[in-house]
Amino acid sequence: MKLDLRMPIGLMFSLFGAMLTVYGLVSGNAIYERSLGINVNLWWGLVLLAFGPMMLALAVRAGRKASPGATAPPPPAGQP
Amino acid sequence: MQHVQLGVIDYAILMVYFAFVLGIGWALRRFVKSSDDFFLSGRSIPAWIAGLAFISANLGAQEVIGMGASGAKYGMMTSHFYWVGAIPAMVFVGIFMMPFYYGSRARSVPEYLKLRFDEKTRGFNAIAFAVMTVFSSGISMYALAKLLELVLGWNFHTSVVLSAIIVLFYIFLGGLTSAIYNEVLQFFLIVVGFLPLVLLGLKDVGGWAGLTAKLATVATNAGFSAGAWSDSWRHLNAPSANPMGVEWFGMVMGLGFVLSFGYWCTDFLVVQRAMAADSMTAARRTPLFAAIPKMLFPALVILPGMIAIALHVTGGGLLPIGGDGTPNYNLAVPVMLAHYLPSGLLGLGLTALMASFMSGMAGNVTAFNTVWTYDIYQSYLRPGQSDGHYLRMGHAATVFGILLSVAAAYATTRFNNIMDMLQLVFAFVNAPLFATFLLGMFWRRATGHAAFFGLLIGTAAAAIHHGLVLPHGAVPGLKGAFLGVVLHTYPSEMAQNFWTAIYAWSACFVATIAISLVTRHNKSDDDLKGLVYSLTPRLTDRELVWYQRPATLAVVVLVLTLVLNVIFW
Repeated sequence: MKLDLRMPIGLMFSLFGAMLTVYGLVSGNAIYERSLGINVNLWWGLVLLAFGPMMLALAVRAGRKASPGATAPPPPAGQP
Repeated sequence: MQHVQLGVIDYAILMVYFAFVLGIGWALRRFVKSSDDFFLSGRSIPAWIAGLAFISANLGAQEVIGMGASGAKYGMMTSHFYWVGAIPAMVFVGIFMMPFYYGSRARSVPEYLKLRFDEKTRGFNAIAFAVMTVFSSGISMYALAKLLELVLGWNFHTSVVLSAIIVLFYIFLGGLTSAIYNEVLQFFLIVVGFLPLVLLGLKDVGGWAGLTAKLATVATNAGFSAGAWSDSWRHLNAPSANPMGVEWFGMVMGLGFVLSFGYWCTDFLVVQRAMAADSMTAARRTPLFAAIPKMLFPALVILPGMIAIALHVTGGGLLPIGGDGTPNYNLAVPVMLAHYLPSGLLGLGLTALMASFMSGMAGNVTAFNTVWTYDIYQSYLRPGQSDGHYLRMGHAATVFGILLSVAAAYATTRFNNIMDMLQLVFAFVNAPLFATFLLGMFWRRATGHAAFFGLLIGTAAAAIHHGLVLPHGAVPGLKGAFLGVVLHTYPSEMAQNFWTAIYAWSACFVATIAISLVTRHNKSDDDLKGLVYSLTPRLTDRELVWYQRPATLAVVVLVLTLVLNVIFW
């Protein structure tokens, strides 16, 4: 793969997660009236903080596997 | 409708998303070296990415706004678009059609038609498709700008120009790869942006049981039996028993077989994603991988509409009322976003909405530039140029494809009928196409003349049927009966469309067979190797472990879909 797509996905959702979590912590309770009294920013921020880094971890692991030092693995059969 | 106020955090989320979209285009620019890279991602996309892009490309305005609107208007029956329509069609394209699409090395759907039939069939399809995609992307842009104007009070022109520039930027730099990567990003964004909305909505109405009880009120108020909004199959015995106004045959044949198979199996917009896959197995798995999230999408896109109508009827006017006194169903999803999500998640939800519009647009633009460059420019205008020449043409086609889309968006604002009219014309052109492909791939005797005239006859049959029938309560004109006689009145527009599709498909199918039998074979069996089922060596997938084979995956997908149909029977 040219660019591991899990990298930008992981970065973006980690960033969203952090933004929502922090906003959830500092925002007052008043705005959560419409979300049935639940601080959804905090909760969903934490969910994204689990999802984003997981994607990043997968990308990093795949990147390490793909280039162990300088010897790249042979391309899979059938590929030019 | 009162405008929704966005906070700093909402704008910040939107900006981060734009930065990533543009950043991906920028990062991919150095991989675009040949026209193959630009138009086909160099056939290097892994199956899971191609699969998510496969559903994401279709996840434009129609899906997110339209499915929510249908969920409110017709209830649970909207799920047939998925569990009878899309999923079986996706399994079919993966198992039976992909070997020919991918195996023939055709670079586009029209090019397959040329290899299998002849030049005129390709020309007809390429031109119809190019016009169609430009207008679809224009309509997508129009719908986005209109929605932002209505919900957020943003300036219409600014929205059009901004979305056009962003899409232009990332496709121009990264080509199809960039479009596909952004579609996958957008897939996750839709899930992440809409899931909290669905969870909050369901909690509010008291879970599925509470929703069913509220929807019973909706149904009985409208004069149907209590389950009409919450069951998918029980009320299909007669058109008068359900809000959609269709019976099971029209639904299964019209929506399931003709329209859905026609769309998922022949529309280059989606097929292009699978053609970009990195191997035959990956290409066949692409629609199958896509089918798994796709079958769960009703929960994300239909359910908010159902919750909205339940709250609207039992809780007192959630949806704004339109000029004709009925609720404005198209606003079901945006209204729900504003109703439940506080600043923060609201920004995420709106970003998801905008992402869906933009990827719908990008999907159309990438399909357009490919068909234009390969099937029109290279075939008829300037054949035999260098690869670099066609790559430059692809860049230019991206620019004028977007400019034409902007023009189409403005045409839509000027003539409010243009959208209905075009959708009608596309339905006429598209419905018979699936018959052509079916015969082309599975009957080696089908000839070029037969395919071309079969398509014309099918299109004409659609137009004639539409010209002689009318949906209930409509006046003759664009809605039908433009030939001056009303032979039949359908209970709804939906039913009329399904039957138009059935007639068009049947006419094309019969005409293609008949003409094939009286015309001479224009291709030898040798020419058709790899293009027709009986002349292509079977793929045995022996090198794969049984659970990795596309066939196994297909069975799993079909069983899961059956289970969903039974649960929500």
